Amino acid sequence: MTEPSLEEKALRQNLRVRHKKEKAFKFLCMMASAFSLLFLFSLFYNVISNGWSYVSWDFLTHFPSRFPHKAGIQSAIWGSVWLMGLTASLAIPIGVAASIYLEEFAPKHPLIKMVEVNISNLAGVPSVVYGLLGLTIFVRVLGLGRSVLSGALTMSLLVLPVIIIASREALKTVPDSMRYAALALGATKWQMVRDHVLPASIPGIMTGVILAMSRAIGETAPLLIVGAVGFVPFNPRGPMDEAFTVMPIQIYNWASRPQEAFHELAATGIMVLLVVLLAMNSIAIYLRHRFQRKNL
Amino acid sequence: MMPVQPSPVDQTLPQSVSPIMRTVDLSLYYQDFQAVKKASLSIFPETVTAVIGPSGCGKSSYLRCFNRMNDFTPGTKIDGQVFLHDQNIYAPDVDPVALRRNIGMVFQKPNPFPKSIYHNVAWGPKINGMAGDMRARVERALKKSALWDEVKDKLTQSGLSLSGGQQQRLCIARTIAMEPDVILMDEPCSALDPISTGRIEDLIFELKKKYSIVIVTHNMQQAARISDFTVFMYQGDIVEYGPTERIFTNPEKKQTEDYIRGKFG
Repeated sequence: MTEPSLEEKALRQNLRVRHKKEKAFKFLCMMASAFSLLFLFSLFYNVISNGWSYVSWDFLTHFPSRFPHKAGIQSAIWGSVWLMGLTASLAIPIGVAASIYLEEFAPKHPLIKMVEVNISNLAGVPSVVYGLLGLTIFVRVLGLGRSVLSGALTMSLLVLPVIIIASREALKTVPDSMRYAALALGATKWQMVRDHVLPASIPGIMTGVILAMSRAIGETAPLLIVGAVGFVPFNPRGPMDEAFTVMPIQIYNWASRPQEAFHELAATGIMVLLVVLLAMNSIAIYLRHRFQRKNL
Repeated sequence: MMPVQPSPVDQTLPQSVSPIMRTVDLSLYYQDFQAVKKASLSIFPETVTAVIGPSGCGKSSYLRCFNRMNDFTPGTKIDGQVFLHDQNIYAPDVDPVALRRNIGMVFQKPNPFPKSIYHNVAWGPKINGMAGDMRARVERALKKSALWDEVKDKLTQSGLSLSGGQQQRLCIARTIAMEPDVILMDEPCSALDPISTGRIEDLIFELKKKYSIVIVTHNMQQAARISDFTVFMYQGDIVEYGPTERIFTNPEKKQTEDYIRGKFG
C-alpha cells in the first residue's frame, strides 16, 4: 500500500466539502417545501376546526338567513354553477380558437406581435379593473343589467388571457414534424389542426383551462362591481336573472359580520368551495389522462 | 472557386424521355441568405435521382421546393420555376394543397402520427376525399412498402409502437397510399441502423418501378447503390448532374471528384 499523494489528499478533502455543501443545499430545499406544506395544513386545520360544527346537509340546501343555524349556501352554489358554466362555455372556445389562430395561422407581422404582447399584459391586469370594464360594457352599454350573464362575460374576459397563453404553450409543444407530415399528405391547415395538432395538445390545454377556472371560481372583486350581492335567498332562474351570488361572495359576506357564529359559517363555506375546486380538478385530471391514453 | 455552369447539360441524359419534374433557374432565399442558386434539373419518370453534397449545401432546401414545403418557413423567397409535367407549381393559380397530394414526401426522422397503424395510412386518402375501399387501399400501401407481413395482425396498434425502421416504412406506406406521381425523400435513412437502412434501400429499388423518386442523402455509397442519376450540390450550386455510374467513375468537375474521393465533406 502506498501513501496517497499530496494532490490526492487535497482532492479527497475537496470532495468532502462538496458533499457537505450538497447536503446543506438539499436541506434548504426540503425546508422550503415543508414550509409551504405546513402553511397549507395549518390552513386546512384552521378551516375545518372552525367550520366543522356547521357541516350538514342543511347547510348545502338552505338559503342564507340572519339566524346562523338556519343559514345555508344553496343559492351561492347554484350562482357559482351558473357563472362557471357560462364562463367556461364562453371562454374555452374563444380562448382555444384564438390560440390556434395565433400559433398556427397568423403571419409573422408586427401587428400580430403586438397582440401577443398585449395578451400577456392582460393576464397581469388586476381583476377589479375587469369588473369596471364589465360594468361599463356589459351592464351599461350593452344593457345586460347586473345579471349572471354580465358576470360570466366579465369573468370570461378575466380568464381569456390565461387560457390563450396556456393553450399556445400547449400547441408549441407539438413537434413541427407532425405538422409537416400532415401537410405533405395534402392536408389543409384546418385538417392538420383538427386531427393531429389539437388532439396532441389537449392535455396541455386542459391544464390551462383548469387553472383559469380555478381562478374564476375564487374571484370576488369583479363580481361585486358587476353586481353580485351577498344575501340572495333564491337560486338564479336563468342567465338574465339580476340577483345572484357566488360562493366567495357569500363567504366574504359571512366573514364580515360581527357575530362569531357567522365566522364559523364562513369556514364551512370555504370547505364547500375547496371540495368543489378539488372535484373540478379531479375531473379535469381524469379527462386529461383519458385523452393522453387515447392519443398513444 | 471554379465557375459553375448554370444548367449542366449532359449528353448521357435521356433525350427521348420527357421529364416528370423540372426546375429551371431555381433560386431559394432565406431572408438575405441564398440557399439554392439558379438550379436547373430534370427528374425522369420511374427513376431514382439522388442529391448528394456536404452538410449545408442546400440539398434539403432544394428538395423542399419540389412540393412547396418551404412555403411554411417564414422569410423564404423563390425565384425561377419548378415544373410538374408542364405546370409551373409556383404559378399563382396553383393550389399547393392539391399539389402535395401528387408529390409525396418522406422525412429525415420517422414521423408517424400518434394514431393506429391503419389510421396512419388511411388518413391522407381520407382527408383528400379519395373514393374506393379504404381497407384495400391501406393493405395495398402496406404491402408495397414491405410492411404488411409485420403489421397485418396489429393494425389497431399505435404507429409509435413500431421500431424506427418500421416507422419509416409506415411513413412511406402513408405516402404511397396517396398514389403520388413523385416521392421526395429527405435523408430517409439517416436515423436508422444499417439493417433497417438496407430494407429501405431495397424498398426504394422496388418503388421506382412505379414512382419517380428524388432522394437527398449524405451517404455517397447509398447514392451509388440505389440511384440512376446523381446530383452533386455544393454551396447552393448544382455542380454536376448525370447518370450515377458516370458521376462516380468519371466525374467531369474536380469538386465532384474531390467530394466523392472523400477529400472534403
